[in-house]
Parts: sequence; structure tokens; C-alpha cells
Amino acid sequence: MIEARDLSKRYGEKLAVDHLTFSVQPGKVTGFLGPNGAGKSTTMRLILGLDRPDTGRATIGGHAYRDLAEPLRVVGALLEARAVHTGRSAYNHLLALAQTQGLPRKRVDEVIDLVGLTAVARKRAGSFSLGMGQRLGIAAALLGDPRVLVLDEPVNGLDPEAILWIRNLLKRLAAEGRTVFVSSHLMNEMAVTAEHLIVIGRGRLIADCATEEFIERSSHKSVLVKTPEADRLAQLAISDGGAIANRDGDTLTVQDLDAAQIGHLAAVNGVELHELTPQLASLEAAFMELTRESQEFGQHESVPAQAVSDASEVSEGSHA
Amino acid sequence: MNAIAAEPVATSGLTSPTQFRRILASEWTKLRTVRSTPWSLLLLVVLTLGFTALFTALTVSQWDKTDVKQQAQIVADPVSFILGGGFQLSQLTICVLGVLFIASEYSTGAIRASLLAVPKRTPMLAAKCAVFAVVVFIVGEVVAFPTFFLGAAIVHKKAPVSLSDPGVLRAVVGAGLYLAVLGLFAMAIGALVRHTAGGITGVIGFVLVLAPLAQLLPGSIGKHVHAYLPSEAGHLIGQSSQRSDDLLSPWQGFGVFCLWTAVLLGVAAWLLNRRDA
Repeated sequence: MIEARDLSKRYGEKLAVDHLTFSVQPGKVTGFLGPNGAGKSTTMRLILGLDRPDTGRATIGGHAYRDLAEPLRVVGALLEARAVHTGRSAYNHLLALAQTQGLPRKRVDEVIDLVGLTAVARKRAGSFSLGMGQRLGIAAALLGDPRVLVLDEPVNGLDPEAILWIRNLLKRLAAEGRTVFVSSHLMNEMAVTAEHLIVIGRGRLIADCATEEFIERSSHKSVLVKTPEADRLAQLAISDGGAIANRDGDTLTVQDLDAAQIGHLAAVNGVELHELTPQLASLEAAFMELTRESQEFGQHESVPAQAVSDASEVSEGSHA
Repeated sequence: MNAIAAEPVATSGLTSPTQFRRILASEWTKLRTVRSTPWSLLLLVVLTLGFTALFTALTVSQWDKTDVKQQAQIVADPVSFILGGGFQLSQLTICVLGVLFIASEYSTGAIRASLLAVPKRTPMLAAKCAVFAVVVFIVGEVVAFPTFFLGAAIVHKKAPVSLSDPGVLRAVVGAGLYLAVLGLFAMAIGALVRHTAGGITGVIGFVLVLAPLAQLLPGSIGKHVHAYLPSEAGHLIGQSSQRSDDLLSPWQGFGVFCLWTAVLLGVAAWLLNRRDA
């Protein structure tokens, strides 16, 4: 439904988007993930025809956004930056937008009701809190009952209740068969909302796959081992194909071997074990690692100790 | 919410009359739903009538102390004197409103919502201009006629003038025309600068500052530059006839003003299509 082909955009010296090619399919929430400054907002602005790409082309249902006859009936967009005149009421802001598409006033009341702004609809948008502003943005996006939604950081600055509301709304919209493209810099948020992920870093594509697959790929498994014979076990692990990511007294973090293999190694060689815990790197840490040096994706032989020790706070696992 | 809209339809390239009417309706909503619009227009009415009364009354009371040349000028063209005094300062309200109407969309970010709804930028600018020009023209006429009658009544004893005198009706109607084009001129500057304070400064520079500066230029160059400045040429439409020292007739002057505005709007439209929003 949304297609980006070889999209690039340069702002002065900075190449914000670097030959991006991807497509976003209907019927599921697609997360657009990347650290701040990765080029997510720019990519969305290129899709929405607000900025002109230097190379490539973005289309929605085969058409460039600028060629859509009634764009709000096709695409609903929420931009990261506010897009409301601070002196105009929420109702009049939406009315002016509705009029451009020939939508009835009734529809304005409907979306105001849908996002829960009825009580403040006649107040000036400049007086709105961040959360109310986001709701108004969502209302504008839903105005034309569009089949494609492009939402830039919709949960930014929202309280947990509103985040849950948006999460459920997005899932519902996708379940109705719409194309839902949502950006975020928070891996954990995307992990619970999106079925598919498009990950970028420094304007380049890092991954375009199912969320599950991305998590699988990104989580470097390791095993925490406590033993009074740390030196000996480390040597045994290395000779058996493992790698020692971290060593802290009698505690080792072993990679490339699973807990069963290490347990077996210890038993065969008579090494006393005090703890044997499989570690799962946190998504957030793994994601940060992936995007820090975006070029290095796909060559994850070693995970620096930092990422793993960050992960240990949220490690899942059981004593073997 | 269960029915998903049909396949998107692309435009053939041009905006249909129906679409343009929708954009006009939207721009009218935008214009009437911010406070600056009623306040600026109210200020236009109050300032114009107030200054007209003040200037004409002062002149009449000081008539005997006024030099003969100036007296002769007022008697020869009372309508120009009345309108010139009245609109001299109040026209700034239109300058400010014109800049605000477009530049505030940039300062608040609303331009992004506008361009998402109407991605064809030239029709959006055209609709914005049309709505603003019509509103300013109507309000301009609504204030121009009372201004003329008020001023004419005050100067009647010294310089009698009637709407049926040659060129007078055209001059009074011309005041509204001048304001409408001035509004467009201000909008063009606002669209170019995309910054409210900068735009207002720019327009006021054109309208109030450049004219006296141009007069400092020596000889005939100064005279020509001055005569062809947008506001100087434009307000000739408020005179009943061409004076002996005017380079341009009222309609020629107005034409020069329209040309300035058209060129600036053309550049603004071109940049609007090229620049990132």
C-alpha cells in the first residue's frame, strides 16, 4: 500500500534518508523503528509529499501523495511536530480540513467524539496539553476514514492510559484491513504494537521483517555461569567453541554455547557449578546496539559486554 | 468504521471546480476562526473613520493658516485628501492581517495540516488569495463610503465634493480595491518570508519606508522610482484625476501595483511548490 523506492533526502550536509526502499502492507501494524535522528520523520514527510525527495519516489496505492484527489480520504497522517493553528479551536481546525475533502460537519463531531475531545472542542488548540494535542492530531488523521495511516511517534509524551488507547486503536484499525505505519524510537513500544518492523539507522534500512523475527535475530543469547573454577571453565568453553563476553571474579558470561552444553562440559570435566542461567539480551539494548553502527548489522559475531550487562537487569531465565 | 474507502483516485493534474470550491470554503473557515481577523478588520474601520474625522477637522480649523498651494490641492481633489488621511495608517491593519493569514500557518505548523489536505500548493495559495481579497474588498468598501461621506461633510465649507463629481466614485471604490490588492501584496510577502514578524516588517518597509527613501534619490531617477513603488503607484486610484506632477494616471498606478503583487505572488507560488514545508 505504501511504497518507498530508493528514497533519499539531503538537508545541507546531512543525508537524512539514504536510498531507502521498503513497502508497508495493509492489514497489520508496521512499526517504523530507529533512534532519534535516524530519518523516520523525514521519510514520513517524503511519503506525505511535504518534502521533495532528492532521489526515488514514494507512492500510496500507486500514486504520489501530491496526485491524490482527496488525500485525507486515502491517507490519515499524524506528524511529530504540531500542525494546528494555536488560535483556532479544535472543532474549526478539523472543520477547515473536512471542507477541503467535501466531508460533512457531522464527521467532525464524530472524530472529536472518537478521540474524546468533545468537552474541549471549542477551546483554542493552543491551550491544549500534549496529550490533547496528540488526540487532536489523531482526530485529524481519522477524519477522512482513510485506508492508510501514517503516524509519527503517536505515543510521544502520552500517559500510560492514552498509550494503551492508541495501541488498541492502531491494532483495531489494522484488523479492519487498513495500512498502519507507525514510527517510534522505542523498541519495547513497537514490540507490543507492531507485527512487522522496518528498522532504519542513519537514514539506511537495517531490517524489514516480522517483529518476531527481528526479536529473534536481535537477541544475542548468552549464559551466566558461576563457578569457583572460572579460569578452567573459561578455557573449556573456548576450546568447545564458546566465547567469554565478560568475566567478573567467579562469574562468567559465555556466548555461543547454550546452558545444556556448558552444563555438560562442566559435568564431564568435573567443574563445580554454582549457577547456570541463560540470558536474553533486552530488546532495547539489542536494538541500540544494532542501530549504533547501522552498517554492522548481519555480522554480529560478538556483543560488547555493555549490551549484555544492561540486559541482565531484565534477563529471563531459570537456574539449570 | 468497518467499511474501508475505495481505491485512491489520482487527480488528472488540474484542480476541478468542485475541489476549488471546497478549498475556498476551507480558507474562509480558516480566516474567520482566528481572532486576528475580526480585530484587524474592526481596527481598520475604527482607525479609518477616526483619522478621517481628525485630519479633515484639523485642516478645516487650521484652513487660514494653511498655505495657499496646499489649499488649492485640497480644493482641486478633496476625495484624495479625505481618503489619503483616513487610510494612511489604517492600511497597516491589512498589511498585518495579510502577512498573518499565511505566515501564521508556518509559525504554528498548521501549514503542514493544510498541505496534507491540499497537496496541490498553487490552488491552495490561489484560494487563500481569493478569499482574503474578497473579504478585504468588501470590508474596504464598507469603510470607504462612510469615510468619504464623513470627510466630505467635514470639509464641505472649504472644499465641497460629491460622489457624482468626475472621478470621485472611482476613487472611493478604488480605496477598497487598493486595500484588497494591498492585502494580497502582504500575503505574498508573508508567503515568501514565512515568518510573521519578518513579513510584517517587510510589508511596512515597502509601504511606509521606501517611499520617503526613494524621494531622497536625485532628480528624475528618484521621481520615477518613487512613482513606481507599489503603494505609491497603488494609492493613485484614490485620486479623482491625474495631477500635473504625477507620472501615472490613477488606473495606470493601480495597474503597476497589481503587477508588483502578481509578480510577488508568482514567485511565492513557485517557491511554495519547490520548498519543503
